[in-house]
Amino acid sequence: MISYILRRTVAAVILLLVVSAVTFAIFFLLPRLAGQTADQLAQQYIGKSPSKADIAAVKHNLGLDQPVYVQYWHFIKGIVAGADYNIGPTTVHCDAPCFGYSFKTHEAVWPQLTSRLPVTISLAVGAAVLWVLSGVAIGVVSALKPRSFFDRAFMGVALAGVSLPMFFTGNLALLLFTYQWPIFGTTYVPFTENPSQWANTLFPAWCSLALLYSAIYARLTRSGMLETMNEDFIRTARAKGLRERNVVVRHGLRAALTPIITVFGMDIGLLLGGALITEYVFSLHGIGEYAVKAITDNDLPPILGVTLLAAFFVVIANLLVDVLYAAADPRVRLS
Amino acid sequence: MRRSALAAIAAIGSASLFLAGCSKADDNKNENGNTKSAGANAATKGIVNVSDKKGGTVTYEMADVPDSFDPGNTYYAYMYNLSRLWARPLMTFKPGAGQEGNTLVPDLAASKGVPSDGGKTWTYKLRSGLKYEDGSPITSKDVKYAVERSNFARDVLSLGPNYFQQFLAGGDKYKGPYKDKSDKGLSSIQTPDDTTIVFHLKQAFQEFDYLVAAPQTAPVPKAKDTGVDYVKHIVSSGSYKFQSYDDGKQAVLVRNENWDAKTDPLRKQLPDKIVVNLKVNPEKIDQDVMAGDAIDLAGTGVQASTQADVLTDPAKKANTDNTYGGRLVYMAINTKVKPFDKVECRKAVQYAIDKVSVQTAEGGPIRGDVASTVLPPDIPGYSKADVYATTGSKGDAAKAKDQLKACGKSSISTNISARSDRPQEIDAATAIINSLKKVGINASLKQYPSGKYFTDYAGVPKFTEKQNIGLIMMQWGADWPSGYGFLQQILNGKAISQSGNTNLSQYNNKDVNELLGKAIGTQDTNERNTLYTQIDKKTMDDAVLVPLTYFKVLLGRPQSYTNLVSTAAFSGQYDYLNIGVASK
Repeated sequence: MISYILRRTVAAVILLLVVSAVTFAIFFLLPRLAGQTADQLAQQYIGKSPSKADIAAVKHNLGLDQPVYVQYWHFIKGIVAGADYNIGPTTVHCDAPCFGYSFKTHEAVWPQLTSRLPVTISLAVGAAVLWVLSGVAIGVVSALKPRSFFDRAFMGVALAGVSLPMFFTGNLALLLFTYQWPIFGTTYVPFTENPSQWANTLFPAWCSLALLYSAIYARLTRSGMLETMNEDFIRTARAKGLRERNVVVRHGLRAALTPIITVFGMDIGLLLGGALITEYVFSLHGIGEYAVKAITDNDLPPILGVTLLAAFFVVIANLLVDVLYAAADPRVRLS
Repeated sequence: MRRSALAAIAAIGSASLFLAGCSKADDNKNENGNTKSAGANAATKGIVNVSDKKGGTVTYEMADVPDSFDPGNTYYAYMYNLSRLWARPLMTFKPGAGQEGNTLVPDLAASKGVPSDGGKTWTYKLRSGLKYEDGSPITSKDVKYAVERSNFARDVLSLGPNYFQQFLAGGDKYKGPYKDKSDKGLSSIQTPDDTTIVFHLKQAFQEFDYLVAAPQTAPVPKAKDTGVDYVKHIVSSGSYKFQSYDDGKQAVLVRNENWDAKTDPLRKQLPDKIVVNLKVNPEKIDQDVMAGDAIDLAGTGVQASTQADVLTDPAKKANTDNTYGGRLVYMAINTKVKPFDKVECRKAVQYAIDKVSVQTAEGGPIRGDVASTVLPPDIPGYSKADVYATTGSKGDAAKAKDQLKACGKSSISTNISARSDRPQEIDAATAIINSLKKVGINASLKQYPSGKYFTDYAGVPKFTEKQNIGLIMMQWGADWPSGYGFLQQILNGKAISQSGNTNLSQYNNKDVNELLGKAIGTQDTNERNTLYTQIDKKTMDDAVLVPLTYFKVLLGRPQSYTNLVSTAAFSGQYDYLNIGVASK
């Protein structure tokens, strides 16, 4: 098991390096290949009417006057060993992992990511708990009573949930439960400060996000359970006189969980990289909101930072999924 | 006797308020105890809810993030407006409705600048007793340092404009305070004593008072300047100081105890606290503004969905102000792209466009009046005119075809550029394409992202010429509310640059260049404004741009806040200097 985890970790690091190289190339190399000069790149980050000296100074300060491979080397070196950065009167050291500085605001990227991460984790984990519980529960009930009223009703609601965009459900939730009847708060409060207010503020966002995802889990669970409940080992379990609850949960659901864990790993990994629309709608200052601002400003270092962070979470989540397979399904052997 | 005196004072007070076009907040309640609305557009005519009531919290909300709270590193009108709470420039604008708000008044300076040497030298005396939030004195050297760091260190403080760099003598050679470690600094700014500052310019510049109204002249103590990081620990010279600053999320301001009202005739320091919330859902901002609990910091007005709701409900509409935003929406005609090098072809475009359809595409009259001049009505020098008048501003195909014939063409094929992330601009360009098609001018839409519109596309003359972009959608606002502040960057031939160009027509008319130079050297304001009117007319005669609409915004006016007045000095926004809280 340990050697398996080590192998996967090394593979994950290589994958992250590839992602960083590709992302870096997209933002720093492709514009050059398309004919954009370093001066034009630099000019995007200065105010109006820059002089030639201004452009040259900005170009130098952002490192755009160096070859792209040198810039990439400095970026990777910064993540591992930190980097020095000119802030005007002095030069400051950016400790590792240093993901560089925003070209627009000159703020260090890593502290921005870490300060926003708790918000994104709060949103993703809270919503995940809701969508997994509700999605799996609906899926199991629907599978046990296929084509019944409950099955059709639940699947209908699930389909509606996945069809409605976050812009609609999120804003509707805000309108009804925050503005019309002010049950929930609007300003995010960290869990460490006030857990109940934290939950109160995030609840509409959790529900809106869960509504979107639970439909997929309900349908996955339903189809998995329908298939599993007709398997021979289920018949054997019933023939042995096991209680129906044990048959369903310990044998049926456990076997049907594998595809759900796979999808969950991907979903939670992606969400930890930032739920762009949800964070925007609910004014949550998370990773997704940071990414949107960076993209709008064409601010390359934050875009790169968010991309790598998202890739990191997806890789880690997949690693965990592989490990969880064994626990969920004894038929799977890591070797 | 006493009662009569009080009654008389009350009567005089009420009369003064009435004459000043103001509405008073404290005794202006309806049966529910809420402050009565002053009516639609009241803040465009006078100060609404006039009050000196202290206490409470004023909340500003913004859907985005400002470029910077550092007064030396910002370029947005709303930050010029708001930053005055913690950064006092030498001059500022008097809180007043509409064009009255364009009136310059001394702030950190004791009086307006004293010009000498024909307007090439400007001297300012600082008020006495000025202090920073830590109690240390503010000196003219701090003002000089603030100008140097904001204009000559653009490799780190890159977001503000660089007018001082352009206009100060020797500005092109000075390396900035971070590279030049000597105490002398830029020699064209002199500080003979702690309360005097003298600026020496390359050329006469009679609107220098406008330049020093920028937050770049707000003092910064050199010992406390940390360059990029100064934004995290700004040393206040205004009536409020930072209690907390969370980058990209929130700033909280509290009273500056070392601010002295005796040194400041403008600020009232009314609320206990000022909270600036960033990255707020635009729908939430509208909800909070209409509920009377927040101000839309950016002053961009309510969302389209809220607009429909507000305009159909008289009670809600009474709490709105539809005001000019100090901007012109126009289409530049590229004089370097054939056949628009010929004035007749340009005139054909002028006559062909149905401006009402463009106005409709942009959101109707609430979002802008049909325009016919370069200068908008809220900029001094504006004079009503319409060189290419058509019935109902709906275009005249016959006249357009006549001009096309005079140009030697029966049809034209060209491209029109617009910003892909501005749907209203795309819609306006589409309406223009439809108008032009009727007279035989076939324009194809080319969309480019706004972040690179000027650096890579529309603002790169070689690119526009190569791509046959003859028509360029544009929106322009003045950096300071004068004809020069508005016209210089878009009409001066000397302002044409190879990238980041804003003279999109590539208009290089000797007469206009000379008139601009003459105007800025003319001391008399009326005479200067007459010259701006002449430039406007000359430009329209040459047909190098098509004015489409005078941009307007629909602001929600929070009912529970006091001293609200929409000012032309800050793009129609409410003047943020003295907004307080009325009892709700």
